[in-house]
Amino acid sequence: MIENIQLLAQNPVGLLNLIIDGIMIGAIFALIAYGMALVWGVMNIINLSQGEYVIFGGFLAFYVSTSWELQIGAIGLSISWPGIHALWALLLAPLVLYLIGWLFYRVVIFRIVNRDMFTSILATFGISILLQQFMNGVFTADDVVARHDMGTWLAWRTDVGELAIERVRMVALVFALIVGGVLSVYLKHTRDGQAIRAVAQNARAAELMGIDADRVYARTYALNAALCGAAGVLIAMTLTIHAFTGLIYTVRSFMIVIIAGLGNVTGVIVAGIGLGAGEKVAEVVIGTSYQVAFVTGLLLAVLLYRGIRLAMQRKYLA
Amino acid sequence: MTKFELTTGLLATVAMGAMGVTTAQAKVEGDTIVLGAAVSKSGKYSTNGKHTMNGYNLAVERLNAMGGISVGGKKYKMRVIYYDDESRGARGAQLAERLINQDKVRYMLGPYSSGLTKAIVPVTEKYKIPMVEANGASRSLFTKGYKYLFAVLSTSEQYLASAIALAAEKARSAGRNPNTLRVALAFENDPFSQDVRAGVIDDAKRYGMKIVVDGRLPRDLSDMKGILQKVKLIKPDILVVSGHSKGAALAIRQIAALRVNVPMLAMTHCDSAQVIKKYGKKSEYTLCASQWAPSLSYKDNVFGSAGDFAKIFKAKYGYAPPYQAAESAAAVLVYADAFRRAGAFGTDKVRAALAATKMQTFYGNIRFDSSGKNVAKPMVLFQIQDGQYKVVAPTKWASSKIRFPTPRWDKR
Repeated sequence: MIENIQLLAQNPVGLLNLIIDGIMIGAIFALIAYGMALVWGVMNIINLSQGEYVIFGGFLAFYVSTSWELQIGAIGLSISWPGIHALWALLLAPLVLYLIGWLFYRVVIFRIVNRDMFTSILATFGISILLQQFMNGVFTADDVVARHDMGTWLAWRTDVGELAIERVRMVALVFALIVGGVLSVYLKHTRDGQAIRAVAQNARAAELMGIDADRVYARTYALNAALCGAAGVLIAMTLTIHAFTGLIYTVRSFMIVIIAGLGNVTGVIVAGIGLGAGEKVAEVVIGTSYQVAFVTGLLLAVLLYRGIRLAMQRKYLA
Repeated sequence: MTKFELTTGLLATVAMGAMGVTTAQAKVEGDTIVLGAAVSKSGKYSTNGKHTMNGYNLAVERLNAMGGISVGGKKYKMRVIYYDDESRGARGAQLAERLINQDKVRYMLGPYSSGLTKAIVPVTEKYKIPMVEANGASRSLFTKGYKYLFAVLSTSEQYLASAIALAAEKARSAGRNPNTLRVALAFENDPFSQDVRAGVIDDAKRYGMKIVVDGRLPRDLSDMKGILQKVKLIKPDILVVSGHSKGAALAIRQIAALRVNVPMLAMTHCDSAQVIKKYGKKSEYTLCASQWAPSLSYKDNVFGSAGDFAKIFKAKYGYAPPYQAAESAAAVLVYADAFRRAGAFGTDKVRAALAATKMQTFYGNIRFDSSGKNVAKPMVLFQIQDGQYKVVAPTKWASSKIRFPTPRWDKR
């Protein structure tokens, strides 16, 4: 461990590279967590199908960026797709996922909005299994990446090394920040956004004021799926995806929301990005094997801290 | 009738009865020998499950088209009963029970993956049913004293041993002592990859190499940037990576993105991860462990050479055979050979014949040690050269010379 710290101390450029990489991947996680926090806060549902929406978006990026042909003999349909830049999927995936989210709301989620949390966990877990098997069957069971030639941005070339940042991760960071900004403006300053917040605060009162809570829920849930879809595109462009790897993103976004504290939108972005950077540095310092332990340990520490603070202030009595 | 004649008569009846029992036990319908297998048609292994099934089917069809196998003077055809194990161990074990108890299958073919094989072996052992498997490489399968398990493939600890030997050879020819080499390891934390790691560490130790990075990637690994950054700073002579297809795909993408310069990069699963198709030039120079290659010079009289098998497979299924398909086909050839030599269908006779297997197939030489693993076939090492896999080691089968060292990223 000490030699690892020495290694980083001797190579500040490497350390910087690590932190920047972490921040950028953290920004993508923050997008997913943002959606989860929204659904959790407004509808009181922990959405366990979060990761599957992400993977779905990733598959869309894959199909946008590769050339393929589809022939359905029965109806004489034949489509061929030339394959365009994967970034176009950033427009397509949120749209498609918005529709899918809407559909799932209309079929399943509306039944569980006012139920206890256990029911909603079961139902969204069911959706996640359904989507996994669907993607496995219709797409592939292969590890998939969205190809792109955006390359790496190099700076600070010295003999001790250089700063190598993938351009697509920069896009991811900028995109996440813009989306975060737009969303908070939307929630604060538009009528629709205010309706969402009103329903989150008190659904019954909001309905009495003439807000259609059902529509607000549908919009919130679909918006969450769209956010996940966009994150999925970026993940397919930076990492790899597989029909069954969605759970990683569900768990990670859950942790981020817990660390940030419910209802704390800025906190989600800060926690997402901070966790990403912290995890990368920890990986080098304490070893790859303890990466997951570090994240879980951090979660535990935050929860303990909160518990202690709460007990001291006796806030729960207020 | 004298007493003596009576005894022989009785003995003959008993013996015939016993034979009758063995034939009834053996799953042979008319002139067809029935094999059974649980293979992943759905779930996360469905792609490799398909390769496995295609391999089995091709060999069965080929043998049948050639008139079948002659056992005890009579010609028999073969047929395989498949069930979908959904890529889940528990389901695999259930289906093995079903194949043995309901379908009365007496000869099993293996599933895809070490995990599924591990789940099924206890069942086949319990009923003393032989299983020839082609896709379970984990070393731990062969340390438990299983008697009815036979594997045609090289086991996991051999996967990347030849890469270490190659690095040592290169160091010597450059006038360096191999014990000055520094090795970095990045292995997923699952039984298979850890077995591969154990083999690499044994070999590195034998040459006195120093292990400078030894990372266990979490099973749900999604990003390798941390460990690769460390490798970049430490600058080892060899980087060895294993983490199934996901690990291979991730490693090549991120090594290129982060510009990690390492003279030799060796890994497993490049071909199943389709790294050439995914990354093109970025995958050049990578060394990949493989069970088999179409350019090897092995031969048999069913498929011909390794190259012939590749042609026949491609004509039938429309894609070049990955090694998973080749080894699966070889498992069927092993059964055919064992039935022929056994000359009967009793599971114990077939088991004894399997244990005595000594043959060459298009896939390689096959001879089982007492634990049931194939000890006659080495792993080969590919290098990606100009967008193709070229065999570079072991030297005996090398079709191309290794390109070494890998140039720095700014010179590529």
